[in-house]
Amino acid sequence: MRLPAGGRIDRNAPLTFSVDGVTHTGYRGDTLASAMLAHGVLAGPSIHFGRPRGIVAAGVEEPNALVQVGPEPMLPATTVELTDGLDARTLAGRGRLVAPNDGYYDKTHAHCDVLVVGGGRAGLAAAVEAGRSGARVVLADEQPELGGSLLSAPDTWEWLDTVVAELASFPETRVLTRATVFGYYDHNYLSIAQRRPGGGRLWHVRAGRVVLATGAHERPLVFAGNDRPGVMLAGAVRTYLNRYAVRPGQRAVVCTTNDSAYATALDLLESGAEVLVADVRPEPPALAGVVASAGGSVRSGTVVAGTDGTPRVASVLLRGPDGRTETVHCDLVAVSGGWNPVVHLHSQAGGTLRYDESLAAFVPDASRQACVSVGSANGELDPVHALWTVPAEDGAWDTHFVDPQRDATVADVLRATGAGMRSAEHVKRYTTIGTAHDQGKTGGVATLGVLAEALGAGTPGPTTFRPPYTPVPFALLAGRDRGALHDPARVTPIHSWHVARGAQFENVGQWRRPWYYPLPGETMTEAVLRECRAAREGVGVQDASTLGKIELVGPDAGEFLNRMYTNAFAKLPVGTARYGMMCTADGMVFDDGVVLRLARDRYLATTTTGNAAAVLDHFEEWLQTEWPDLRVYCTSVTEQWATIAVVGPLSGRVVGALGAELPPSFMSFVDTTVRGVPARIARISFSGELAYEVNVAGWHGLAVWEAVMAAGEEFGITPYGTETMHVLRAEKGYPIVGQDTDGTVTPLDLGMDWIVSKRKSFVGRRSLRRPDTARPDRKQLVGLLPVDPDALLPEGAQLVAPGTPLDPPVPMIGHVTSSYRSAALGRTFALALLRSGRDRLGQVVHAPLSDRTIEATVTEPVFYDPEGTRRDG
Amino acid sequence: MLLIPCPWCGPRDEVEFSYGGAADVAYPPDPDALSDAEWGEYVFVRDNPRGPFAERWVHTAGCRRWFRAVRDTATHEFLEAP
Amino acid sequence: MHPDWLWRNPSPKWSYDVVIVGAGGHGLATAYYLAREHGITNVVVLEKGWLAGGNMARNTTIIRSNYLWDESAAIYEHAMKLWEGLSDELDYDILFSQRGVLNLAHTLGDVREGVRRVNANRLNGVDAEWLTPEQVAEFCPIVDVSPDVRYPVLGATLQPRGGIAKHDHVAWAYARAADRLGVDLVQGCEVTGFVRDGDRVVGVNTSRGPIRAGAVALASAGHSSVLASLAGLRLPIQSHPLQALVSELLEPVHPCVVMSNHVHVYVSQAHKGELVLGAGIDPFNSYAQRGSVHVVEHQLAAALELFPVFGHAHVLRTWAGIVDTSPDASPIVGPTPVPGLYVNCGWGTGGFKATPASGWVYAHTIAHGEPHELNRPFGLDRFTTGALVDEHGAAAVAH
Repeated sequence: MRLPAGGRIDRNAPLTFSVDGVTHTGYRGDTLASAMLAHGVLAGPSIHFGRPRGIVAAGVEEPNALVQVGPEPMLPATTVELTDGLDARTLAGRGRLVAPNDGYYDKTHAHCDVLVVGGGRAGLAAAVEAGRSGARVVLADEQPELGGSLLSAPDTWEWLDTVVAELASFPETRVLTRATVFGYYDHNYLSIAQRRPGGGRLWHVRAGRVVLATGAHERPLVFAGNDRPGVMLAGAVRTYLNRYAVRPGQRAVVCTTNDSAYATALDLLESGAEVLVADVRPEPPALAGVVASAGGSVRSGTVVAGTDGTPRVASVLLRGPDGRTETVHCDLVAVSGGWNPVVHLHSQAGGTLRYDESLAAFVPDASRQACVSVGSANGELDPVHALWTVPAEDGAWDTHFVDPQRDATVADVLRATGAGMRSAEHVKRYTTIGTAHDQGKTGGVATLGVLAEALGAGTPGPTTFRPPYTPVPFALLAGRDRGALHDPARVTPIHSWHVARGAQFENVGQWRRPWYYPLPGETMTEAVLRECRAAREGVGVQDASTLGKIELVGPDAGEFLNRMYTNAFAKLPVGTARYGMMCTADGMVFDDGVVLRLARDRYLATTTTGNAAAVLDHFEEWLQTEWPDLRVYCTSVTEQWATIAVVGPLSGRVVGALGAELPPSFMSFVDTTVRGVPARIARISFSGELAYEVNVAGWHGLAVWEAVMAAGEEFGITPYGTETMHVLRAEKGYPIVGQDTDGTVTPLDLGMDWIVSKRKSFVGRRSLRRPDTARPDRKQLVGLLPVDPDALLPEGAQLVAPGTPLDPPVPMIGHVTSSYRSAALGRTFALALLRSGRDRLGQVVHAPLSDRTIEATVTEPVFYDPEGTRRDG
Repeated sequence: MLLIPCPWCGPRDEVEFSYGGAADVAYPPDPDALSDAEWGEYVFVRDNPRGPFAERWVHTAGCRRWFRAVRDTATHEFLEAP
Repeated sequence: MHPDWLWRNPSPKWSYDVVIVGAGGHGLATAYYLAREHGITNVVVLEKGWLAGGNMARNTTIIRSNYLWDESAAIYEHAMKLWEGLSDELDYDILFSQRGVLNLAHTLGDVREGVRRVNANRLNGVDAEWLTPEQVAEFCPIVDVSPDVRYPVLGATLQPRGGIAKHDHVAWAYARAADRLGVDLVQGCEVTGFVRDGDRVVGVNTSRGPIRAGAVALASAGHSSVLASLAGLRLPIQSHPLQALVSELLEPVHPCVVMSNHVHVYVSQAHKGELVLGAGIDPFNSYAQRGSVHVVEHQLAAALELFPVFGHAHVLRTWAGIVDTSPDASPIVGPTPVPGLYVNCGWGTGGFKATPASGWVYAHTIAHGEPHELNRPFGLDRFTTGALVDEHGAAAVAH
């Protein structure tokens, strides 16, 4: 019931809320749990046995009262701030995901000299001390207001107000409330989840020093029927009384192993409740007299040995020092089995724990990082009389709940040890104790105690803690890295034109590249055939700006390229270009591209679109770590240049019409101007056709592209995308690294013996003569012509020899890497990697698919213009 | 999120770096002189100790310089590079 | 529910025919198959910590056999067939749920690779289907297949027989069965060195004294290099943290297993109801069983890209295992240049699914002194000959 006065709630701000469809009222300053308790509302039933359960705790350690608030599942009612109109449903241990999270979650970073975790007595003292020194301080506390356990002790509130005001006066001190430090990672890096209206903020803090003032969690006692509603932690009862002005019961039995529960007993008495203290210690403490003089009674050497009542506790069975039992009627059982210092963060940080006999709990031992635990978190607590279990009168253990959320009892622990389990980790897994939402915050140490007792071991063994301290929303950790911000989308300077032209795009690495440009009503196949025809018969144009570009500058650049590429570049004449290939040390094809020699000491290497960063890294790694003596600098210039490939027999007329000087021969280039814009024009062809690659500074890209389109209009210039590029190059048998190779293919497998220098060393060369790599029957790149010229082999189709029985496992001899319809050939064709492929030229292979088999003839991989006459127009 | 001591830029967050694995493995001066087994050892085999480990990092999102560091693989603590 | 009796806790004898180092899934399965298939029961499994407390306790329990290369498909499909009979064979419900594994494709390159793998799988006798985005949505309605996401789903491979099992049940089932056949399982016993007779390994030194052995078999994923180095053996293995996490318990919402190499996440919903998610490995070498939080943040951003309905779920617990990564993302199972010493390592992020076959071929290898056909391609010699089984293309975040 709600007390008529007191507490930190705002009685002028009544709030309406509902639980399971029943409407109640509470006040601003309430938690959902305190408001539920004020109205006697129970938690949801237990997960397996459907046993009635009540609220046990007042904080994050609550094992029972999980609720779903709208779309958000599994919130402890003790951590939900009451708001007007809040609609909660109690849960039986499992929540529901029903809708996306449209909340606003962001992330920020902070650096500080001192991070204080916890705004209770010890944390406030530490923060003030640090603040006075002028240090940069961050104080984070999970509650809506600072104070921690002081919020349950009205006689401290004046001091609290003074300290909070002083903290606010420090310019370098930042106070975060509703902010749970949930993870303590390496090198004093901590993560904080801050609840904010409509979402949250993830703080990443790199702290000079960390003060862990995380307090302690009270633990329950393990007796028969200890899960009955009305059995609560003594400290929580005090919190509800003093902070929320809610008295959870009128006739209370306080059962304790230590002095701390006497404060609860006294506060209960003051609130007008009847109180009987059952103190398990044989001798009464000094406080017993205080309780007696306040009107309560104290029995020493006495335990609660059982409970009764449906659904709430209506009586307890007390067992005195002489073993005699007595039934005592009550509606509240406030228990204290002792306190567990909250050592989670200390342990996450790699710190070790020590079992403290006087507390019957684990306390911080050595720290591994720059942190210190203070206050209750460091074990500054009342000594306790260790009591792990209270036997029932009938000897049964199946209602002695150790982990109520898992419905796990002492009987389950005994079953585990009986099965041969000795390790706490095994027992936890066997019984599922400690795996529920509360992660064993109240029951964990008790489990270890029960286990130690069951095994006859002296003291419980330690445990380790992993992040997060309390559950953290997926959406908070994801932050804003979703949707368009999930990964940057890179676009070329000409992108807007492609969009306006109705291009379809594909993702290549982070780049958005035009895939094809359908005309209204056109299918992809039709569009690609049209684009291919234009490039072969007239003129096509492609935005090739995404190709990686790396400038290598220095007197040793040629020597360096010689070492990196399979072929030689040191003697490449200035003003010319050469296609090159690179291998990994393992001898497998890594990347390829054209290298231009700009000057004696200056090269420009182009890479595949997806591999540009990897190639630069590869260059830098070898340069810096193996050959620092080579005088070479590498610079990425991918985004500095826009590259426009003008392709086809009419390409020269288009580029010529722009007033530019043209390069004299295939694989040469000139520095010239296009419509007044400095440009580098190269005669490079990835299609086999006469082609000009126009390179201009990125910011001129769109203008020059538009100029090319205008100049090409009379020739029917046709923009084309990556699909057409792939068809054109495949007709010429040019492999695409990553499509026709997969990290297991050497240049020799591609039939490119000519590119593998025999006169110089290069990275990966030694691997090529390993026994397996030098085998003659490796998979080799070949062409395939389907026997039915209209049949299109699926890319990825596997190949078998004719006559192979199709009973698995079927011996496979290769697979189709690229496959297209060709406008130029008037039929389908494909590239494939085929075992002993070069020995099978002219033979037929089969591609067995799920519904049919396609037959194809093995050919050379060059289908179009094998003499190479078209590249000169 | 490790705090990695870049010798040029000072300590920076791990996300700015790329990892290069074991340090102190030199490219053989004459790979052709190696047996297949020796070459395979160079290409594929690296020390993998539990404890101090000399390794390479590159400050990818910073100065782009490669450097050597010694880190304890059991604790992630960076040690003075000998 | 677990049985009332699992295993004895014997003290180690002074000598065994076979000493297996590491009581994880692979070590326990090896012990079981040595006893069951080869009649070798004078076997001890030594465990430094608690039984199945390493990667076996830390993995995301995904089982599939849809590997690209013939050699991989053969060994993983052998595992799949063993999985399918395992609950019966071991008389222990391992909660093997063949709910289907989807591998999503997000780029044209992914599509090509996926189709290639489906075709190869079918011819290898591994069940595999290619699904369109619409079929993906039908099979797993919570996957966002709309074109609005940064990397839209362009299709997926499906292995209907893939799924999940409960890792503890698997380990304990093998342990119980091995124990019944006479195998000693000794926990809290750390191997500190090897007893040599000339070149030959003839036993191990442990924290509980020396133990003689006819053969010593390492099955100590995560620490393979450390143990091998005690025998003077260098392995092509690097140890990295691999992180995973679970949500709180939720009503059934996710019907299958979804993996995405491109956006780096894999996720299923365990029997109890928690979502189980894993990501790529942390890049640096480590034995610390802890990774960096930004890896988890990235993983959850990816998860929410694909599964908007996960937005209100909470991370309940994160953890890390130590995985042995090999140069070709394939395991190393077989004899070593050190007589008497066998090695089983390098399963990277994918060891759980291989557990039965790994134990089966390893037991055969130890019993016969040479590899079975299934693990012959996975010997150490491939790093000399160049005959790698390179699963990188298909296994960027494999598991």
